[in-house]
Parts: sequence; C-alpha cells; structure tokens
Amino acid sequence: MHEYSIVQAMFDQIEAQAQARHAIAVKRVFVRIGRSAGVDVRLLKTAYDTFRVRTICDDAPLEVDEVPEVWTCPDGHGDIVPGGKLTCETCGRPARMASGDEIILERLELEVP
Amino acid sequence: MCDSCGCGDSDIVPVAVHERILANNERVARHNREQFHDHQVSVINLMGSPGSGKTAVLEATARMLGPSKRLGVLVGDLATDNDARRVRAAGIVAEAITTGSACHLDADMVHKGLQRIPWRELDTLFIENVGNLVCPAVYDLGQDVNVVALSVTEGEDKPLKYPIIFRKADLVLLTKIDLLKVLPDISIARIQENLSMVMPTPVMIPVSATTGEGIAEWVEWLGRIRQAPPVHVHEAEAHGHAHHHHAHDHTHP
Repeated sequence: MHEYSIVQAMFDQIEAQAQARHAIAVKRVFVRIGRSAGVDVRLLKTAYDTFRVRTICDDAPLEVDEVPEVWTCPDGHGDIVPGGKLTCETCGRPARMASGDEIILERLELEVP
Repeated sequence: MCDSCGCGDSDIVPVAVHERILANNERVARHNREQFHDHQVSVINLMGSPGSGKTAVLEATARMLGPSKRLGVLVGDLATDNDARRVRAAGIVAEAITTGSACHLDADMVHKGLQRIPWRELDTLFIENVGNLVCPAVYDLGQDVNVVALSVTEGEDKPLKYPIIFRKADLVLLTKIDLLKVLPDISIARIQENLSMVMPTPVMIPVSATTGEGIAEWVEWLGRIRQAPPVHVHEAEAHGHAHHHHAHDHTHP
C-alpha cells in the first residue's frame, strides 16, 4: 500500500505549485502512470480520494493516463514482442525499457484569482 | 481575474508540471549514493518475501567472511528488531529501522538509519528491506545493486507474479536449495526461464544458508560488485523524464 505515500508526495508537489501561483483551488489533476511502475491505479485513486477531502484538491478529479510497458532493442532493432524473453531476437542484446515505469505529475488546472 | 468582461470571477489556468512524483525520494537517494561512494562503501538493497531467507543469507555471509570484512546491516522491520539481533549475533554491525506500518524503506529512512551505524568504516552495507515483493521495488535508497532473495518453496512462477521487483534486480539469490530434495516438482531451470521473461539480464545464484552451498559464489559476486559497481542508467533518465535538482542542504558530521 505504498500508493498512500505516493499520494502524499504528490500533494506536496501540488501544494507547492498552487502556492507559487496563489491558487484558490485545484480543479483537475493529471498524472501519468506506467503499467509496470508498481502502482495500482485503483488504489492510487482510492488514496487520492481519501486525502483530498477538505484540501485545496477537494473539487479536483484525478485523471490517470496509463502508459503501456514497451521494451526495445538498445541497438535499434525495434520493440520486443511482449510475453517472451527480454532480449532482442535479432542481436540477442538485453532489451531496454522504453516506457511503462512512469510515475509522473503531468499537469494541473488551477483556479486563480 | 477575468479580463474579458471585468466581472471579477476567478480563472482556470492549466499548469504543466512534468515532475516525477517520487522526485524527492530520488533526491535523497542520490545524496545517500554520493555519501556511500565518497566513503567507498558498497551498498546492497536486499529484498524478498517475508520468510524468503534474507536474514539467514546474511548470517551465512558473516560466517563465511568472518570478522575480517567489515560488514554492516540496516534492517527494515515492521515491528521488532529480531532480525537485527540475529545478524548482530553472527558478528555483523546491525541496526533496525522500525517502519511501523510502512511496507517499504525509503531513502529518508535509510538516511536517518545511517546515523545509528558506523557505516563509513564498512566495506559492504546491506540494507535488508521490509519483507514484501511489491512496494520496496518502487523506492530508490541510494544502493549500488538490488538483490532479490527467492526461496525454492515460493513457487516457480513468483517472478511472473511480481515482475517489477525482479526486473529491478541485479541478482536473484535462489535460497533454501537444500530443500529441493523434498520438492521433486520444483525445477531450477524453470525458475531461470521465468526470470528471463522479466529480467533483461537474468543472473541467479542458488544458495543454501543451512549447508553453505553457493555462499562462496555469492561472496565472490559481492567482491566483484565492490570492485566494479554496475552503472545503472536510471530507467526514467533513459526516457528523459528526470529532473535533477541536486542540492546538499546540510552537512554531515
């Protein structure tokens, strides 16, 4: 259940952004979460909904953009077919993760005076 | 303020942030890592399920190396310091980081834990993480390498069920191999095969803390890591998402 500690870290970042812009409220929160980032999106939303009550985010829905897991050949032989070994079929080199481990606060909509 | 009609209503403005949510943990982890490198301490983040044999491997390591090597352990434990006492009895400097309800260690807990252990005098510091195959994988602590202990009794498909922690492992220690003789259906080859589905460079050392089998190979691996720690291109940095704001905001005594 580290999703709570992720939400806690996210609130610190949101509050810093809101303060810097003298925002009255946060209207919407957009995050990008990789499918292989080790974050359960359902738990993240539950944690967020628990945290946001009576905060600056009280009215702000959390929008989650889930990023697929993609592995690719480091020598440019293209993406690895999912479900097999994580090595390039052409050159045999260990694959590199191209996406799927993101835990990113992407953008906010702030209400400013 | 609304400029179009002068009504005085507030405005909604979009703000692009593009910040890694765990950036603060990563900043503290980088700070830990720099400290470890400055003092030439090799640091191993040892992860695994509860009961996978993490503590027993450390005891066996201490038995093999004896008092000649300077080993230390920071043990993440939910409620007790039992594991710390066990490894201390085996002759290793050890302190517990009692996490309460937290399911993982983070860089700041390790940073605070360091103040209770003479880590600068060590050759190798093990950070024995909380027994858990999910949460510890997400938090960088400042270690040189990740090691996952997987016992033969946990099932051959454990790597497929918990791919993330294995993906991040530099080494998998297959523990309790002395039990294989009573587990006729468990195949080391199938475990290795499953690891290659989740680890781009699968490396596994089978060990038994009870018989000592494989411990020499593990100790040799530790020696190689100490000589030449692997350079990890942080996955996120490779994607260009990293935001470095490194700052030393305090001095160390």
